[in-house]
Amino acid sequence: MTENELIWRLAGGSGDGIDSTSQNFAKVLMRSGLHVFTHRHYPSRIRGGHTYAEIRSKATPVRSRGDGYNFLLALGDSFARSPDEEAYYGNEEVKPLVENLDDLRDGGIIVYDEGLIDIDDVDSVLETSLEALAAEHDWHVYPLDLRDIATEHGREVMRNTAGVGATAALISLDLDPIEALMSDSMSGDALEANLTILQAAYDQVRDEHEIDHDVVLPEGTHEEAPVLLSGSHGVAYGALDAGCRFISGYPMTPWTEVFTILSQHLPEYGGVSEQVEDEIAAAGMAIGASHAGVKAMSGSSGGGFALMSELLGTAEMTETPVVFVEAMRGGPSTGMPTKPEQGDLDHVLYSSQGDSNRIVFAPGTIEECYEQTRRAFELAYEYQLPAIVVIDQKLSGEYRTVPDSVFTESAPDPDPGTVLTEEEIEDAAHHASGSYLRFQYDADDGVVPRTLPGQKGGRFLTTGNEHNPAGHISEDPENRRRQVDRRRAKQEAIRETLDETGTHQTRYGTEDARYGILVWGSQQSTVFEAVDRLNETDDSVSALGVSEMMPFPESDVADFLESVEEAVVVEMNSGGQFRGLVQRELGAYGDRLYSLLKYDGNPFEPAEVVDGVRAVITDDPSVAPPTTRLEPTKATNSR
Amino acid sequence: MSAFNAIGADQEVDTDAFTPGVEPRATWCPGCGDFAVLKTLKQAMVERGKNPDEVLLVTGIGCSGKLSSYFESYGFHSIHGRSLPVARAATLANPDLEVVAAGGDGDGYGIGGNHFTHTARENHDMTYIVFNNEIFGLTKGQTSPTSPKGHKSKTQPSGSAKNPIRPLEWGLNAGATYIARTAAVNPRQATEILVEAMDHDGFAHVDFLTQCPTWNKDAKQYVPYIDVQDSEDFEFDVHDRDDAAQMMREADTRLHEGEILTGRFFVEEGRPSYSEEKRQTGQMPDEPIVEQYFDENAEWKPSSDLLDRHR
Ligand SMILES: Cc1ncc(C[n+]2csc(CCOP(=O)(O)OP(=O)(O)O)c2C)c(N)n1
Ligand code: SF4
Ligand SMILES: [Mg+2]
Repeated sequence: MTENELIWRLAGGSGDGIDSTSQNFAKVLMRSGLHVFTHRHYPSRIRGGHTYAEIRSKATPVRSRGDGYNFLLALGDSFARSPDEEAYYGNEEVKPLVENLDDLRDGGIIVYDEGLIDIDDVDSVLETSLEALAAEHDWHVYPLDLRDIATEHGREVMRNTAGVGATAALISLDLDPIEALMSDSMSGDALEANLTILQAAYDQVRDEHEIDHDVVLPEGTHEEAPVLLSGSHGVAYGALDAGCRFISGYPMTPWTEVFTILSQHLPEYGGVSEQVEDEIAAAGMAIGASHAGVKAMSGSSGGGFALMSELLGTAEMTETPVVFVEAMRGGPSTGMPTKPEQGDLDHVLYSSQGDSNRIVFAPGTIEECYEQTRRAFELAYEYQLPAIVVIDQKLSGEYRTVPDSVFTESAPDPDPGTVLTEEEIEDAAHHASGSYLRFQYDADDGVVPRTLPGQKGGRFLTTGNEHNPAGHISEDPENRRRQVDRRRAKQEAIRETLDETGTHQTRYGTEDARYGILVWGSQQSTVFEAVDRLNETDDSVSALGVSEMMPFPESDVADFLESVEEAVVVEMNSGGQFRGLVQRELGAYGDRLYSLLKYDGNPFEPAEVVDGVRAVITDDPSVAPPTTRLEPTKATNSR
Repeated sequence: MSAFNAIGADQEVDTDAFTPGVEPRATWCPGCGDFAVLKTLKQAMVERGKNPDEVLLVTGIGCSGKLSSYFESYGFHSIHGRSLPVARAATLANPDLEVVAAGGDGDGYGIGGNHFTHTARENHDMTYIVFNNEIFGLTKGQTSPTSPKGHKSKTQPSGSAKNPIRPLEWGLNAGATYIARTAAVNPRQATEILVEAMDHDGFAHVDFLTQCPTWNKDAKQYVPYIDVQDSEDFEFDVHDRDDAAQMMREADTRLHEGEILTGRFFVEEGRPSYSEEKRQTGQMPDEPIVEQYFDENAEWKPSSDLLDRHR
């Protein structure tokens, strides 16, 4: 039934080079013609704590994790060792092997570093023998002394290279592309040592092991030139191509990724990056830069974004365009810094005093990160209000192959939006004293063009207080009503623009499905994968990935819900925030909505969505996965 | 050609040019020191040959923050404590603007204190005027960070148990390169100081003593004042950091004893401003960033130039 795929999991300690090794290996697979998708499991500590990275690769596009995997390279946790003694903390070093067995598919491969992982320890932790388990599941186990190979030809930390060499031997992957990549990133003795280790491990497997498994490398060629990058790159590159030339920020996981990429490249693009004292300053600076005419961005993750809330409202009141990124992680408070969650939807929609008036996009893929960040800039600068791009730790750190045409198709668009030139200022409405009437009532779509400090004849006052057409503080009721109405009119205008020029919702699955899945943000791809599987048995499921959170795409969502009998809203939080938004905006359909919620720090896996939706279809809550919560049950919903 | 032709425009202006038609008359309480800031700022602008379209005045919230309502220029009346981030980013976006930030002692030394430290440290080319009336004026007379120890107010009914902030030394330690104190009662000196502060290439911190007759019932008028440059009692080198620190300590101590020492306390010439530092280290273009958007010949490098690393 299924297409041939390799799902390779590299497990080790947090300091064992899991990240770099897996990224390089993913690139090698891409260069050999395959589509790849990487999943990174993060523990919160920098060192200690086991972690793994998983690469799924096949000949056709991959959009999410698979269920389980078929190749385990268990390095063992070398950092579980006490620095003072040769002893290890308990049995920690074997955990990258034993803790990853649950998801290993029958027929799968296990390579482990017997230089670090003692099989007796493994068996005692397992309370059975690995051999017995392997027999039961038809696993093919290849113990190799990776540590020995690494220390013989180089240094112990090069165990991961030995592991890659062994992997290549076991799946008949050519060493050439691996060697080429190593030569790109290393030189001198380090390169020599790594190349030798790679070959030695490869040879050792070929010479000493009989290869008797069925897992093989898929074969493929790319129809379009691929690039391997993450959602953070999508956002950062979208900002660059939107003409963003200013970023201010304060580090916070996972927002730091976008901030880092832009900080590294903005100077060569003629822009400026500022790491500042806190997120309040970061938000204030982006507003200040934008007020002075530069397209600007800031951002943070939950806690830092909370600090920005007062200035977010200031951008709304002063009608200063600006784009913020909110890269969510588990909350509240410090929460789970390295775990994904979709718990900040209400926060980005409503944070700051007063009625909120902003754009909020929640892209679901790397391509959407790029497109919607560009769109966020375009709309923010056209309509003079803040736009927020909300992503999460899953999307921001997930690497996947995408066609390079995503980034090359349309040229950069540096249009500063609704700004007057000095010539236009001459003809614009001014107060008798010569100041520009920046906040006059009559305005198409609620938007009065801006002028910029330094422009002749354009001076005006803006303020976070309510103000009159000249920008001076006013509490006159009539003025208040007119200003509020004018600013609010932008929401409707943006909605119309989006509807006319193309919305950002993605429909997937069967045309006239009986069951629907509503999903937003990073869980979209996982849900689409689940839709395929659900439709393998009975072709009855369709999904809508929603990206426009504000202004809300009423007709897209209502049409979708009209078309199905029941719909499951899948999201990574415990409160059903998106379901709440749908009901609040549409004021109907409550009786056909279910929530499938997950909030344990791990994103949904396709199988969990499949089972959760089946629980609704079959009206059997017991088949919903224990890692999730399904509500309400059918009984309570129909009441 | 620049898209910002007000900057450096050869234009004769007088103080009326800086008086807004919408709110020509300030509505501070009679006798309020804030009037003096408004008046001397206008005068200083005229003396520097500036026109209202090349000035960006960013204010905080407080009685002091109303300055931007009564001063004609590009104005951004921001929120409580946050004038400095807005203002300093504008100096990066368009370094040719005349950027002035202003706010109260609560605004700048309390809620916005972190920004004060870091903006001074970065030495942005701008002027920061703190209306120091040793009180929260707008919110009706609560104790502020500069109120003296023992100061009683409705929210500190038994008297403040805290020592007041020492703003001058704070500015020095943080990295401001021009630090002065002046007082509303001496507009001649205040104008001179504001001119110097704006001329200065770097972060200029002016602690401006502004009496609040309404809420500071001790009715401090900041008289008699002494100009430390004119007085024979004080010998110190304003360019010497150690001398300056000692003089500042003296001034802040005497302020709380009722003796008003004003004048220039520290001037550091030659330290590059933040924009210059960033330009010298390749972190900022030579041309104002904002000009690119209006330059038809500007080249907009696409992000796809970065794709090779992902192949
Ligand atoms: C975040 C926030 N907190 C509190 C206030 C209320 N508030 C407005 S002005 C002010 C203090 C004013 O004192 P100061 O900054 O010294 O200015 P002054 O009125 O004395 O010129 C306060 C507490 C506010 N506007 N915003
Ligand atoms: S309350 Fe004090 S600071 Fe405010 S306007 Fe009146 S006198 Fe001036
Ligand atoms: Mg005050």
